[in-house]
Amino acid sequence: MFRTLLKVKELSKCYKSFYRSRYIHTTSAQRHGEFEWQDAKSEDEVVNVVYIDKDGKKHNVRGKIGDNVLYLAHRYGIEMEGACEASLACTTCHVYVHHNYFDKLPQSEEKEDDLLDMAPFLKENSRLGCQITLTKDLDGVELQLPKATRNFYVDGHKPKPH
Amino acid sequence: MLKTNIFKRVVTFRCYTTSKWLPRVCVVGAGPAGFYAAMHLVKHLQSVQIDIIEKLPVPFGLVRYGVAPDHPEVKNVINQFSKLANNKSINFIGNIALGKDIDLITLRQHYDAVLLTYGAEEDRHLGIENECAANVIAARNFVGWYNGHPQHKDLEVDLSGETAAIIGQGNVALDIARILLSPIDLLKKTDITENSLQAISQSNIKELYLIGRRGPLQVAFTIKELREQLKLNGCRTIWRENDFIGIADIISSLPRPRKRLTELMLKSLNEQNENQQNMTHTKSFYPIFFRSPNKFLVNDNGHVSGIELTCNTLEGDKLENQKCVATSQKEILSCDLVFRSIGYKSVQADKTLKLNPNGSVINDNGRVLDDEDGDLGKLYVAGWLSTSPVGVIVNTMGNAFQVAKNICSDLQNSNCTQVKDGIQSMLKSSGKQFVDWQGWEKIDQYEVTQGAKQGKPREKVTSIKKMLEISAST
Repeated sequence: MFRTLLKVKELSKCYKSFYRSRYIHTTSAQRHGEFEWQDAKSEDEVVNVVYIDKDGKKHNVRGKIGDNVLYLAHRYGIEMEGACEASLACTTCHVYVHHNYFDKLPQSEEKEDDLLDMAPFLKENSRLGCQITLTKDLDGVELQLPKATRNFYVDGHKPKPH
Repeated sequence: MLKTNIFKRVVTFRCYTTSKWLPRVCVVGAGPAGFYAAMHLVKHLQSVQIDIIEKLPVPFGLVRYGVAPDHPEVKNVINQFSKLANNKSINFIGNIALGKDIDLITLRQHYDAVLLTYGAEEDRHLGIENECAANVIAARNFVGWYNGHPQHKDLEVDLSGETAAIIGQGNVALDIARILLSPIDLLKKTDITENSLQAISQSNIKELYLIGRRGPLQVAFTIKELREQLKLNGCRTIWRENDFIGIADIISSLPRPRKRLTELMLKSLNEQNENQQNMTHTKSFYPIFFRSPNKFLVNDNGHVSGIELTCNTLEGDKLENQKCVATSQKEILSCDLVFRSIGYKSVQADKTLKLNPNGSVINDNGRVLDDEDGDLGKLYVAGWLSTSPVGVIVNTMGNAFQVAKNICSDLQNSNCTQVKDGIQSMLKSSGKQFVDWQGWEKIDQYEVTQGAKQGKPREKVTSIKKMLEISAST
């Protein structure tokens, strides 16, 4: 019964996000994130993820082992961009990984580090969402999107008013 | 009085809850800022009609004409923009230029909001002697040339000399360096135009200087681009050891991006002696620091033959905050080709626009300060036109989303007393040919087909006339 309820909840969530993002994300997710659109086959596979969006709002998402954090976000209508389609050429999927989970991720490669150096508001726990694959270790992980700010300069510099 | 108030409230209510009012937004410029802003509007407004007008018959701005051909992954964002453009709320109207085909006041009469995202298309000048000499080339024009921009496709660039210099140390400068120093086989598989590929394949350039007026701690290029350059096959990098005095001592105190970038330069400097013994290279890359161009030297044919450089020094206590000061010392660098790559600036597309000294439009968080006229659509600006030309796509994206958010809230709070009709019908009756999304798709298809014949992702059409022909074909 509980499982069925969960399923219904998931379905309605899925429908909602599908509806909300009907214009942009669905197709790109279909092209590159087909796997993320499949539900977990069993509870053992489930990896719960909390996305915290630009406005600080929390979104609880049921992901599964092997899901890519960028495409999982797309499935649930979370506004994480992926301009280069996970080809390691931009930083539009920049996220902060909760400190309790940061060390559980495989270390970033040089190429990812090079890109992160260009990300606005780089922090010690910065990663690119497209490089994070869910494992059971990450169950409960909090991923925070950088806050929207008035000015986006390369180094976070804000110009003085004239 | 009460009646009016109630009426007003009803009207406002209708605006943003029942979606019966269809706000019309005009975006001027189909580059990343324009598309990202449109994406945000479509996502966050219940109903909206967006016309994206573009001076060229083709969309994508600098993603098509700025991003280097050997960086195809960066261009993947085109897929996302194309999905968006297929949305029924969005119209692409190519081949319509603000200030030429239509003026700003007309746009504001026909739309509830007008968002300018036409970027920064002019290159900055040095303002020094002989800047107009033959083979002193604006980086912008050279980038446009190898990327097939209709305005620069016929650029005259003489690659027969052995030595070239680039003034400026940003990522555009590194793009140009890489295009000139790459093994030609790497470029053959890209969407570089056939015309420029031919020219570059016959290039004699063997030595390339990258000149910066300040020091290694102030370079504007980023680590990804530098690493690519350092890894180029057949090309060695030679730094001047003196430029790095004292830098190793302070490196640990630098913020992470600057630290990693400086470490990479130092690593390359330390390895260069062993690389020099390895003679497999055929080309050399020389970044040099603390030099400002004073004047260009020309030969009898009016062709550039060198640069007179002023040597600079840095003054100030902390190495990372020092100021650049000119000394009386001069140096001559002989070269056959010079690129000026010191940044871009925006043009004043409409005489009513007020620009900052750096060329950006004066604005407050994207809102262009303006006389309030209830009948005219509000004016906004985003992307490089609002921030000045700095940053990569993520910066433009963040800015465009932020400005679009303001447009959303302004539209939702507006009283929408007048229904705006857009400019499509006006354009149709004017007889001016414009390109819609289907028209662009025909050009796109044509380019991909032409490219496939040569094993390239596309061969760009570089003539506007040809683009218009293809887009109008059945």
